[in-house]
Amino acid sequence: MDFTDIHEIKKHVRVYVTVFVALLALTMITVAIAQLHLSVPAAVAVAIFIATIKGSLVAGYFMHLVSEKKVIYAALILTVVFFAALMWLPIFSQSDTIVYKNVP
Amino acid sequence: MEIPYVVTARPETGIFNAKAGIWLFLASEVMLFGALFTTYILLRIGAPTWPHGELDVALATVNTAVLITSSITMVMAWASCLTKDFKKFRLYLGLTILLGATFMVIKYFEYSHHFHIGDIPSKNTFYAIYFTLTGLHGLHVLGGMIVNSYFWGPGSKMWKSEPVRFTNRIEVAGLYWHFVDLVWIFLFPTLYLL
Repeated sequence: MDFTDIHEIKKHVRVYVTVFVALLALTMITVAIAQLHLSVPAAVAVAIFIATIKGSLVAGYFMHLVSEKKVIYAALILTVVFFAALMWLPIFSQSDTIVYKNVP
Repeated sequence: MEIPYVVTARPETGIFNAKAGIWLFLASEVMLFGALFTTYILLRIGAPTWPHGELDVALATVNTAVLITSSITMVMAWASCLTKDFKKFRLYLGLTILLGATFMVIKYFEYSHHFHIGDIPSKNTFYAIYFTLTGLHGLHVLGGMIVNSYFWGPGSKMWKSEPVRFTNRIEVAGLYWHFVDLVWIFLFPTLYLL
């Protein structure tokens, strides 16, 4: 992105406003869907899906990750790997089916 | 002594040093909140029942809108620096600070209501993790407000002497602020709606 050209900056401002409107709309959609009282797995999936879209919009456009330098992507890829490992911990703990027999 | 790469990009990274620094800091913040999110998941799947509908969704929805709005005013403050419009910069950054304060005031009312009716962290694991996550997030909002207030007030003197360096500082402060917004985007459905 060229942030030295004034016309280019104005173009970006229009994108920021569009992202802002989309974020507000997605917030309303999240609240509306919560009123439908879906089953817990479906509600979790939908809520996290919408939150991920919103988070991607903030990170992509407000934080300019759509056009950043490679060094930032490299640091973030590493972060995502460790974050994913962290999120998998509860799943691993749930799938731990060791049954202790003959425990006095 | 002149500090290197505060204005120009460092050749090895292609970005100025503060930007590399804030992204590394934010990476560590992802792990901090990630650890607490994992704690939330572990507590929730391990609990026989989980409270539902105890929090004020309307207030939290307003707070979500407030933080999202503060994110656009923050990015507009930075864009105003790029277009060399200092008056607009102060207007937008001032609005960002006010919106941050609005978020904190709403959170204060929410907290006082809970404390008033005895919903304190020691009541159950739900309130323990709720206060931990939102409290830590609130501290981040407060931290961002302090930094933004400095750049709005005494720190803005730099605009006259080193405008590019000042613009870079606003970009870095903005990255932090957007991250705080991003965390709330996940906290809102997790704590209030599910």
